[in-house]
Amino acid sequence: MTNPSENAVTVRNVYKNYGEVEALRDLSLDFPRGQLTSLLGPSGCGKTTLLKIIAGLIPATSGEVLVNGEVVKAPGPDRAFVFQDFALMPWASVIRNVAFGLELRGVPKSEREAIAEKYIAEVGLTGFEHSFPHELSGGMRQRVGLARALSVDAQVLLMDEPFSAVDEQTRRKFQEDLLGLVQNENKTFIFVTHSIEEAVYVSDQIAILLPRPSRVMEIIRPQGFRDKDVDHIRRDPEYLDIVDRIWASLRSYVE
Amino acid sequence: MTVFGIKLPNMSSLLLWGLLWEFIGQIELTFFLPPLSAIFATLLEIGGTKAFITALKETAHAFSIGTLSAIVIGVPVGILMGKSRLIDQLLLPWVNLFLSAPLTALVPVLMVLFGFGIKAIIITTALFAIWIIVLNSRAGVMQINRSLVEMAHSFGASPFDAFTKIYFWAALPEILGGVRIGFIRAVKGVIIGQLLISIVGFGSLFELYASNFLMKHFWAVLIVLFALAFVIAEFLAYLERRVDYYASRR
Repeated sequence: MTNPSENAVTVRNVYKNYGEVEALRDLSLDFPRGQLTSLLGPSGCGKTTLLKIIAGLIPATSGEVLVNGEVVKAPGPDRAFVFQDFALMPWASVIRNVAFGLELRGVPKSEREAIAEKYIAEVGLTGFEHSFPHELSGGMRQRVGLARALSVDAQVLLMDEPFSAVDEQTRRKFQEDLLGLVQNENKTFIFVTHSIEEAVYVSDQIAILLPRPSRVMEIIRPQGFRDKDVDHIRRDPEYLDIVDRIWASLRSYVE
Repeated sequence: MTVFGIKLPNMSSLLLWGLLWEFIGQIELTFFLPPLSAIFATLLEIGGTKAFITALKETAHAFSIGTLSAIVIGVPVGILMGKSRLIDQLLLPWVNLFLSAPLTALVPVLMVLFGFGIKAIIITTALFAIWIIVLNSRAGVMQINRSLVEMAHSFGASPFDAFTKIYFWAALPEILGGVRIGFIRAVKGVIIGQLLISIVGFGSLFELYASNFLMKHFWAVLIVLFALAFVIAEFLAYLERRVDYYASRR
């Protein structure tokens, strides 16, 4: 991945300080187009901070982020965010939540609801269009959050520990569905997680971040098992090797 | 309430107190408390008179304009205070001061500033209602889920969109609570205004009946006022229950 046009997102020499605290130091990273890159690391390593800088939600102290060659200054229609705590409007129905990104862009009601319905079906929530978030389980709520991010048709999907607030079984289903999404949607995914297994399972590229000061320690690109059937990945020797290797290098940073 | 295993309808205790009132009235313990039945008879008698209708109209007019302006000004100010630390620090001491101040003592000042007319009464009414509306709207915004704000921002919401589509709705349960208490305080405000500033509306009826010891009339008007305040408070409580489903899940 040396050709810059192959990268949907490029992070160049980004620093982020909160007063005295150095959250990110001289961080550079490329995110190949059409692939899923995980930001993996122990808590406090600045992975969510980096994601929010890419989203344009918080400014970098110095350095720059390029999305399709353009410098990020604020949130834009080329990126969509999936939140750890879902961030659904509790007073709005599923369909209005899903269509909210389009509503903010001024898309007429009938048009945006048609688009929303399509993505509600895609995430498997047909029949729940007029339910309210509190009537849904955690997993279903995150499907709403995912449908909302998909419906604005952004090229880059930013996912902040999207599956950490759902139960283990739902989480596995989500991970399988995510693999299908990466294959079919032709979008670039940036995925923050603290789960080693999850990162190795879903990623084309894993960036391991280390804390104090935050930096990229290693970039791992699983080769062999990505094209295999989802049922076989967790038994693949390469999968197991990478999980072990990552744990070996992160072990010393866990108190 | 359940008595001897029989479930009584809500507010049936009022019946008990009504009977006690009737009894004390019938034995003529004090002129101050005529029998409840006589009060209701008087109520029917004066209810249709021109003086009563005029008083009701004048009071409703001052009350509705006063409370409406308290909401229209109070809710946005409260939301802005909740959003911006600077505005909050500028205004919060004043809001707290006026919330706890004995506003009745300020009424003479209002008379000097705004004259003896209906305008001063409306301003008194608004002044009684507005502070709790501001404080509650502020509290509603301050407990907003940060990621909802980030969500709106990340999907490109303008500040105005964020205000009307996120902040207002997220704070709505608290806003309605503030409006309900504000309305109850405004009932006080409008009557105090009508008694102190210019003797109009229900204030004039109270003044007239009390100074002539027409206790039946006095109580009749008071009961109408209680009933109106109760209906308004219950209606707003009903609206609050409508948004209950998300109040605890934001």
